[in-house]
Amino acid sequence: MPRDQVLRPLPERAFDFDRARHLLARAGFGGTPEQVRAIADLGLDDAVDYLVEWDSVPDPVVEADTFDRDIRRLPTDDERRLAQEARRTEDQVLLDQLQQQRQQRDREDRQQFDELRKWWLARMLETGRPLQERLTLFWHGHFATGYREIRDSWLLFRQNQFLRANAAGSFAELAHGIVRDPAMLKYLNNDRNIRRSPNENLARELMELFTLGEGRGYTERDIKEAARALTGHTVLDNEFRFASRVHDPGAKTILGRSGTFDGAGLVDLLLSQRSCSEFIALKLYRHFVNDLPGGLEGATPEARAAVAEMATLLRRHRYELRPVLGRLFRSRHFHDPANANTVVKSPIELIVSSIRTLGLPVRPLSVLLSAADMMGQTLFQPPTVEGWPGGRTWINTSTLFVRQNLLVYLVTGRSPSGLSIAADDTEFDPMPLVESLADSNGLADASAVRSAAERLLRFCLGGEPHPQRVEALDGLLADVGDRLDRDRSLALICLVTAMPEYQLA
Amino acid sequence: MGHDDSTPDPRREPLPYSRRRFVRQGVALASMSATVPWFVQRSADAAMLPEDSLVSARPGIDEDRVLVVVQLGGGNDGLNTVVPFGADEYYRARPRLAIPAPGGADGALPLSGTDGLGLNPALAPLHELHERGELSILQGVGYPNPNRSHFASMDIWHTARTEGHGRGGWLGRYFDNACSGRPEPEAGVAIGREAPLAMLGEHASPVTFETEELFRWAGEDLHPLLAKRYQQVSRAGALETDGDSQLAFLTRTALDAQVSSDRIRAAVGRDPLVRYPQGNLARQLQVVGAMIRDGLKTRVYYVTLGGFDTHAGQERSHANLLRQVGQSLQAFQRDLAAQGNQDRVVTMVFSEFGRRVAQNASGGTDHGAAAPMFLMGTRIRPGVIGNHPSLTDLDRGDLKYGIDFRSVYAGLLGDWLQSDPDPVLGGTFRRARLLRG
Repeated sequence: MPRDQVLRPLPERAFDFDRARHLLARAGFGGTPEQVRAIADLGLDDAVDYLVEWDSVPDPVVEADTFDRDIRRLPTDDERRLAQEARRTEDQVLLDQLQQQRQQRDREDRQQFDELRKWWLARMLETGRPLQERLTLFWHGHFATGYREIRDSWLLFRQNQFLRANAAGSFAELAHGIVRDPAMLKYLNNDRNIRRSPNENLARELMELFTLGEGRGYTERDIKEAARALTGHTVLDNEFRFASRVHDPGAKTILGRSGTFDGAGLVDLLLSQRSCSEFIALKLYRHFVNDLPGGLEGATPEARAAVAEMATLLRRHRYELRPVLGRLFRSRHFHDPANANTVVKSPIELIVSSIRTLGLPVRPLSVLLSAADMMGQTLFQPPTVEGWPGGRTWINTSTLFVRQNLLVYLVTGRSPSGLSIAADDTEFDPMPLVESLADSNGLADASAVRSAAERLLRFCLGGEPHPQRVEALDGLLADVGDRLDRDRSLALICLVTAMPEYQLA
Repeated sequence: MGHDDSTPDPRREPLPYSRRRFVRQGVALASMSATVPWFVQRSADAAMLPEDSLVSARPGIDEDRVLVVVQLGGGNDGLNTVVPFGADEYYRARPRLAIPAPGGADGALPLSGTDGLGLNPALAPLHELHERGELSILQGVGYPNPNRSHFASMDIWHTARTEGHGRGGWLGRYFDNACSGRPEPEAGVAIGREAPLAMLGEHASPVTFETEELFRWAGEDLHPLLAKRYQQVSRAGALETDGDSQLAFLTRTALDAQVSSDRIRAAVGRDPLVRYPQGNLARQLQVVGAMIRDGLKTRVYYVTLGGFDTHAGQERSHANLLRQVGQSLQAFQRDLAAQGNQDRVVTMVFSEFGRRVAQNASGGTDHGAAAPMFLMGTRIRPGVIGNHPSLTDLDRGDLKYGIDFRSVYAGLLGDWLQSDPDPVLGGTFRRARLLRG
């Protein structure tokens, strides 16, 4: 197959309910049967436009976008003088008082950090631009930055807004912006990268994790030289500041090219590398199409060709993401059933897509976030600068139980016998979901019930269900008398969401 | 292509989950403590016995030595744990907090074979273990350029790397190296809400649960019929799918989870051979003791106790914590002896740092550096190892370390777990001699 044919579009007529469901699950956070039907009715072209060209969709949550930028403000001159004086005179009372003020600010910032996490989760749950939030989360994992290390909720909020604003713009903008992003500069200690003693941290991760990929055509020497280009990129009063005094303007040789590179020059040079487009293309592919657990080497020829074509498109469009994503989401390859159930849902994705797909009530956000922590994903706190390794690392025997138990909680809100304290009494009525999947016979008789249940299975798990799963489902229906009322439907949903397939998208 | 009335055009009426007031509500509730959901709570139901004797057929690790790690979170005050009662500087630096010299009821318990060194009186059970030769005290353990942030220093202890962003923990890397192929699912067990960084490797991750009753599917409480069908699904094992597909992986993990859950809950469901005291640490160690007794193929267990960040009014709180540590460890060691497993297990106790030499103005102590570690067991080299750090030659008001904690790790990895420590620690560290003979 010629190279540029891999991403040829799926014929419009082939875009049915199941493919619309797949599109919404991968390029968004899923949707209820009605929403999937609405997407299917739009047709492939308009459906992809709706998701990718989100500017025309109103952004529903703007009023909460206000956080206090001054909790971590620098001390005023007066405050600084007072602290110096207290230290000089060893005024223990005053020193204790100042320490208490510091601790108070720490507490306030941690509180704001908790609010920030809730705010973002709420956005994901209710946004009409699901791809925007999804990509924001994707870039957060790519340009990983953690609260624990920088202890400044405002800077993380600011970075989050930056990622959101450029989520499907241009990767070039993202890369240029991130080397001027205060949270990142602090996280990777570039605020200490000065001419006299360069700090290589940002330069190294910029090449290894953000643009080129580990070991892809650069040397330790390149990192050292790149670090010089980034000297002077620092933070002052919550903003990026270029401190020319500590910047090294001298000649550098990076990746075989010589010049007086500054930060922007360095980023341009990295973007011009073919390996950069390939690296970003593969990461997008693994997120949206197929996680490729065997690596690119173990991938099918079609998958390799698709990644190569995405890289070509990135270069051709100067790293604009919308043309690549639009092409991808319309392609036969993206909709190929062989790519169904190949991506492990991240914990946040599991929470958000379960609620949005099944139409579940939103239970307390703090509980949802703490469940995400237990499943290994703390927003604004990826484990390392490498972000969340994702894929199969999300799943082990412990997190699998947490995932399944979270679903029982989301669906029933109930505690087991004797534990009423934490029950969430918002009830979920499963009947609209079940009825919307039933055919014209409704739930009138045993065979109608069975067919509705099997549609629910398909809807929740995607693709053709394994006969063993159908068997378990039919077994449960037989056990409960082939009827589907509220309680029976809840039980059915609990069983289906506890099936291994449910962890996959 | 028309729309029927029930499917609004998402371009005009966007897809969002119907708008609710939860955003505002969620933010407003920020300062209130979150209700603990039931799936992170102990269930009132008795542990279920395993449905059948399905046991995974993979070979385990035939070596039967076990390491139990006890983490004291928050920075345990080393100077009031192992008390240098012979040093005047100690009493000068801590006029309010110092533990009196031996003699009175609240005096330090002198350690035989030492001069001027004793244990906090709340640690009487450990003192007894020491006198019996089942406790070793490593003095002045730390690392160069100590970090006084809880998170940073704890990360250093977990990753065994003093700089850079760590990649995985020391025990996780040990599992990565020791267990090639697919590791035994219960090779590492951590009691707690989240897996400790120390136990995470590139491939390895521990079985983690807060209470054994939550290490199971909670949906089975809804109805017994549901439990039956869930078992049918999770015990299906390999479906006829591609052996390396994501689904095959998920299905295998579901089987592992079910098997581990059955085994662990069956083990923990038995009454222990000795009485454990009340308290969080004792409860965790009782679970560990039960799993060891049951013959699980677990090599490393990890338990934690927090609350050691004693910035204010530490006198009473620190004594209570130490009492809990001493009694819990003693009960655990007695349990092992009653099982006949005392020679199989070494227990290591650490904290991310000690505390400053001088007390602060609030009747507490602030973050410090080097501090003692404990090792417990019949196979360890008993007594006091290393010198007590000088109370006058300080590093910015803190004790200087004499033993690098990575030497302790190297000793445990090399001599107890019999695994090459170098690849795990990313370098060669002098192996502390920690075992008898």
